[in-house]
Amino acid sequence: MLVIQQLVNGLMLGGVYVMVAVAFTLIIGMLNFLNFTIPALFMFAAVLMHATMMGQLPFGNDFILSIFGMEYRWVAGIIVSLVVIALVSLVIERFTYRYMKAKYGDATEHALPLVSSLGFLIIFEHFVVSTWGSDPLTAVSPFGQGTFSIDTIIFSVPQIVSLLLSLIVVIMLSVMLKATKLGRALRAIAERPDTATLMGVEVGRIVPVVYVITGLLCAVSGILFTINYATVDAYVGDTVATVAIAGMVLGGLGNVWGAIIGGLFIGMLEVMSIYIVGAEFAKVPIWGLLLLLLAFKPTGLFGHTLIGKGKF
Amino acid sequence: MSGYMEAQLIILCLSIIYAYGIFLPAASGQLNLGAAGFITLGAYASAWFNASAGAALPMWLSIPIAMIFTGVIAIAISFPILRTRGVYMVLATFAFAEVVSGIVINLEFVGGASGFPVDDHADVTVIVPVTIAVILFSFYFMSTRLGLALRSIHDDESVATLFGVNVRTAKVVAFTVGAMLMSLGGSLYGHHYNYIEAQTFNVLLSIYILLYVLMGGTQTAWGPLIGAAFFAIVPETLREIAESAGLKWLAEGRFILFGVFIVLLMVFRPEGVMTRTLQNRLGGGLFRRKKVLTDDTGGGS
Repeated sequence: MLVIQQLVNGLMLGGVYVMVAVAFTLIIGMLNFLNFTIPALFMFAAVLMHATMMGQLPFGNDFILSIFGMEYRWVAGIIVSLVVIALVSLVIERFTYRYMKAKYGDATEHALPLVSSLGFLIIFEHFVVSTWGSDPLTAVSPFGQGTFSIDTIIFSVPQIVSLLLSLIVVIMLSVMLKATKLGRALRAIAERPDTATLMGVEVGRIVPVVYVITGLLCAVSGILFTINYATVDAYVGDTVATVAIAGMVLGGLGNVWGAIIGGLFIGMLEVMSIYIVGAEFAKVPIWGLLLLLLAFKPTGLFGHTLIGKGKF
Repeated sequence: MSGYMEAQLIILCLSIIYAYGIFLPAASGQLNLGAAGFITLGAYASAWFNASAGAALPMWLSIPIAMIFTGVIAIAISFPILRTRGVYMVLATFAFAEVVSGIVINLEFVGGASGFPVDDHADVTVIVPVTIAVILFSFYFMSTRLGLALRSIHDDESVATLFGVNVRTAKVVAFTVGAMLMSLGGSLYGHHYNYIEAQTFNVLLSIYILLYVLMGGTQTAWGPLIGAAFFAIVPETLREIAESAGLKWLAEGRFILFGVFIVLLMVFRPEGVMTRTLQNRLGGGLFRRKKVLTDDTGGGS
């Protein structure tokens, strides 16, 4: 029974990874680079959520309190996180993609976007450290500790809601990619950006949309992380969100459904390895699996062979 | 030299050694985000060979043994890792560093999570000459046939193959020698501070070292030197400006400003600060290379 309980916990943790893995996979699939601002945005959203709920924003706390009151500050937290992350994503797009594309042609020929995104990672981590300090920040969950149990297995209600929510968001995204005009444009860019331009897709207008979508995915994931696990710090992006990379590779780069399955699997693998071999050793199975995958089957389960063929 | 200056000099020297370790594979276009893994291997291997509980060898023997140990592991993993390219290689080296830190933290005979004390002390009179030797070695390495081969692989791998460059061998050698340099840096770190913890060598360290190299520029051997110096000097200078002007926000937020520098540098110098064109322009008669080796990729194309 304990094993099944661990599997359930793993599935819940996997729900956090799914959205981050989808964010990574979208950027790699569309723009062919590993975006290290994704862990930063995840962390920033989680910290903003915490700060708004606890009234620790640099400014505007009284204003939020006067509108939402003590009880509904979590609503304000969600709004603040989503809005700030969406705006920040647009700034990031400008400096990791648009400007380079305009000035140097194919940006992936250089390691440019990767380096700029690492620069943004440093900016966000140090912004959070200088504003809120480097100690772990503990929030009180607005939804309490609601649980129910089937047999002896305990389910936490907020966690189940989060898992469902993240799956719904990702499934909506994948329907959007399949059925809408925007989705078709996105898939055309992923296939071959130059041909897409010739076919009348406005690449310059679509790419910011990709950044905002991935930013919002990270933000939702970070918000759910704060609500469920209550403790965040400036380095939560490095320790939590990078694990989603393993999930993305497992599912295959550029494949949304692959990222869902990979993310859930990595969550379960992490919890099971903590249960079996201990927390200190849990990194080894996850990253070892990633190393083996890259060595023997880099396309993952459902990957596309064209992706990642660029120089960087 | 004051104690503060000496501490800063040590940090600068170690950063330079690490940076050259990443630079050698990067010169052939292979991005290695696993610096922390090789540094951990070097630091722990040298510490164990040096410790009385381990092999009890003197420092001047334990450091080369640690380098050879890391070199053997680097050769072993270089074959699967170098099969991958681009994004996949960044991911693979990143995963390697995480696996190393996960394993080392669980090895009880090197202290596990609580860290491992190192016996022999390496002070500034050891580290500075070693750093100068590493710099000279890297300049020599890049001027050999192999160095030229690495540059040609960086520019165009298939053309390099057509001209008879053994791409696989060149990449493996660059990767392995780079890993051994990082191992040297890691062992010096351990012997200087006399205490190592696996948690110090984390993802952020790997990221910073890769940034030293990419910001300095991978085209010439000056790049890592400039990048590492930039990283060591700019935050400290900002701190001193902040202290003398009494600006609290600058003292706390100087790394934010520094991150902004990185992003802006990529906008204006995408191939790093030091490019071949710039080198030729600055060098005049002194460093002038034969015309056949110069090209104009400096500003990006």
